[in-house]
Amino acid sequence: MRKTPTSEEDLSDLIQSATGPIRIVGGGTRDIGAPVDGTLVSTAGLSGVTLYEPGALTLVAQSGTPLAEIDALLAKEGQRLAFEPSDLRGLLGTEGVSTIGGVVATNASGPRRVQVGAARDFCLGVRFVDGAGRVLKNGGRVMKNVTGYDLVKLMAGSWGTLGVMTEASLKVMAIPETETTLVGEGQTAAQAVESLSAALGSPFDVTGAAFSEGKTFVRIEGLEASVAYRAAELAKGVLAGFQPVSGVASSDIWARIRDVSAFAGRDGAVWRLSVKPSDGPRLVAALDDLSPEAIYDWGGGLVWLHVADQTDAGAARVRAELSKLGGHATLVRAPADVRATVPVFQPESTPIAALTKGLRQKFDPRGILNPGLMGA
Amino acid sequence: MQMPEPNASILSRKDHIVSRLQSVLPQGAVVHDPIQTRAYECDALTAYKCPPLCAVLPTSTDEVSAVMRICFEEGVPVVPRGAGTSLAGGALPTADSVILGVARLNDVLETDYDNRFIRVQSGRTNLSVTGAVEEDGFFYAPDPSSQLACAIAGNIAMNSGGAHCLKYGVTTNNLLGVTMVMADGEVVQIGGAHLDAGGLDLLGLICGSEGQLGIVTEATLRILAKPEGARPVLVGFDSNEVAGHCVSDIIKSGILPVAIEFMDRPCIRATEAFAGAGYPDCEALLIIEVEGSEAEIDDQLSRIVEIAKRHNPVEVRESTSAEESAKIWLGRKSAFGAMGQINDYMCLDGTIPVSELPLVLRRIGEMSKEYGLDVGNVFHAGDGNMHPLILFDANKPGDLEKCEAFGADILRLCVEVGGCLTGEHGVGVEKRDLMVSQFGSDDLEIQLQVKDVFDPGWLLNPAKVFPLKVTETRRAG
Repeated sequence: MRKTPTSEEDLSDLIQSATGPIRIVGGGTRDIGAPVDGTLVSTAGLSGVTLYEPGALTLVAQSGTPLAEIDALLAKEGQRLAFEPSDLRGLLGTEGVSTIGGVVATNASGPRRVQVGAARDFCLGVRFVDGAGRVLKNGGRVMKNVTGYDLVKLMAGSWGTLGVMTEASLKVMAIPETETTLVGEGQTAAQAVESLSAALGSPFDVTGAAFSEGKTFVRIEGLEASVAYRAAELAKGVLAGFQPVSGVASSDIWARIRDVSAFAGRDGAVWRLSVKPSDGPRLVAALDDLSPEAIYDWGGGLVWLHVADQTDAGAARVRAELSKLGGHATLVRAPADVRATVPVFQPESTPIAALTKGLRQKFDPRGILNPGLMGA
Repeated sequence: MQMPEPNASILSRKDHIVSRLQSVLPQGAVVHDPIQTRAYECDALTAYKCPPLCAVLPTSTDEVSAVMRICFEEGVPVVPRGAGTSLAGGALPTADSVILGVARLNDVLETDYDNRFIRVQSGRTNLSVTGAVEEDGFFYAPDPSSQLACAIAGNIAMNSGGAHCLKYGVTTNNLLGVTMVMADGEVVQIGGAHLDAGGLDLLGLICGSEGQLGIVTEATLRILAKPEGARPVLVGFDSNEVAGHCVSDIIKSGILPVAIEFMDRPCIRATEAFAGAGYPDCEALLIIEVEGSEAEIDDQLSRIVEIAKRHNPVEVRESTSAEESAKIWLGRKSAFGAMGQINDYMCLDGTIPVSELPLVLRRIGEMSKEYGLDVGNVFHAGDGNMHPLILFDANKPGDLEKCEAFGADILRLCVEVGGCLTGEHGVGVEKRDLMVSQFGSDDLEIQLQVKDVFDPGWLLNPAKVFPLKVTETRRAG
């Protein structure tokens, strides 16, 4: 059964009267996490941009608003969501339309995250209904706000386990005049990450730094003359031998990395690892026994890891190696039966797990919102 | 302003508590002499003072943990203190509380340029974080105006901003991880040198929690490569409203200045008299700074000037040298001092949507006449973070109360137009009672419940952020 509330009050009533678990779905494009068995509640009925002030760089939208609708509206004013949310339909084999609520709830951020920040950094405010049916708000629609605790950050990336988001306000940014990508070939992962570190550590404002399918990519965006200058400086310095690519050819490179397209339409499990950038290649090398293939984004700090099918999707090995280095691993793609038995999200230390559990009990005392999706 | 009655039982056990604390800390790290504790009686919100039971100055995470365990066992409130520069009374003690100062925790623990982070102890000052990496071409971006003195611990507690956060974000956008001591002394690690959280974003929750959820002893901070250069342009206008429109147009244009600062006439006049920066005598002026190579700066500034000229500015002064840049910034940087020269002042920190600037400035002007108190406005216009400075005479009976009432009216106005009470200073005790104007009772309750999880006994900075009436039963428990 699928329920589609059309107002916060509807949603609140629905949650208050719920007698069992609720599975919350935005557009259903990011089917990640332990499978949840419960009444399907869709945010599709909570749709529409409620405020857009280009001159203040702010947009407020109901959570079920399709991302495409927001992108189109922003593009008319020459603006965009700078954190570059991914489209994982190809990778995950899902259909439907990505919603802004889903983007925020999963903290979905693309290659530009390395420089400008994640979805959580661009989310200025949220409204949500918690597990007790309370209609709550936090943050607002201004760029700087330290009034009370920052529950916006907590809601971003909570995967609907603390509340059902009904509205999000976001900081938007201007689309730059132009972009150029410098492309390097023939590097090993370790060499590539060294190049990416050098580029990110330069004053040239790099907004993308990745190594994928044998090539090293560095993106620069901004005013025409400035991009040309910075590309030239990098190419004669730390990125010697790299060749520039511009326009659609450049943006296509980043869409492919953002959406993890290299692993779409293939068998095998996919992990998403966040580590200290220089640890990326080291970690993948240590997992050689899993026949790994890797896409390195965020200068090496984000590793999309493809491993051949096996009973636990390589969880024991991935987590054992990761624990030596620090960081976290999420099993983004695996059959439902594997996700039901292997912890999909990074297991937490005992004191952190206790805090997480404590928070869940406050936000969702009956444990009915996407129960178990992020683990116990 | 009301603070909770001190707990008589704690006061009577002072000697016992002090000796327990002394047993876990180095010689001289417990300040308990009634004359010496006066050094901790207030922070930069000097209108309110109260010496603590004692102050402790631990030198390691383990010592902080030992202190917290003792306070937990004794049921003693703990007020964390960075450098004591809070303008909101965040570090104001009560007579029955222990001040936990992090001033002696000031080491750099790790610097990693390849991975662009630095790990420091939390008592290190903001500016000395940049100081540790600038020779190698890096900097730490958040730059509150107190950066020479303020500590990273306080920056994290208040989620501090600064003039340059229009481009680089505030503390929460530049914080990667913390070591934190919980109310019961347990030490936890949150985040690290990697990005984002593997589970719930507890780091984002802790940043800006005003020392109410734990004591941060170490922080991993993102460092950035220094830009090649930076230069400002100063533009004067004959109305606040026009200046406000110009700000919107610049932001919309796609140029990303690192700072857009705004000063109104009262503030311009005061700073001119004080610092003689050579500002034009006009209703409003903007200082807009951009970064990059010389050519990039020229390009950006010329585009900004082009936009500004559409708004009939009375003056446009583009810096072409370091000397001219310094002169343009001189007045802005002396603004607070200049206002302080005229009289005592209260600095507010409400934030509004940029589009509401003209309306809010007009209303503040009207209220200034109604209250009979002068106001100067100097603020970060790019992100709508206002800093009205209300002038009053602390020696004149009733003036402080009048000033506070005026300030409260301004902050309520900020909330009314879609903004908030505080953009970067924090709530502390100063704006505690106004929280009900921004949040409904459930919105406050969920925040109290968050604190319940981290600090069930409500021992950490308990009398801050929320109205006392709202937290009464919890604090008593």
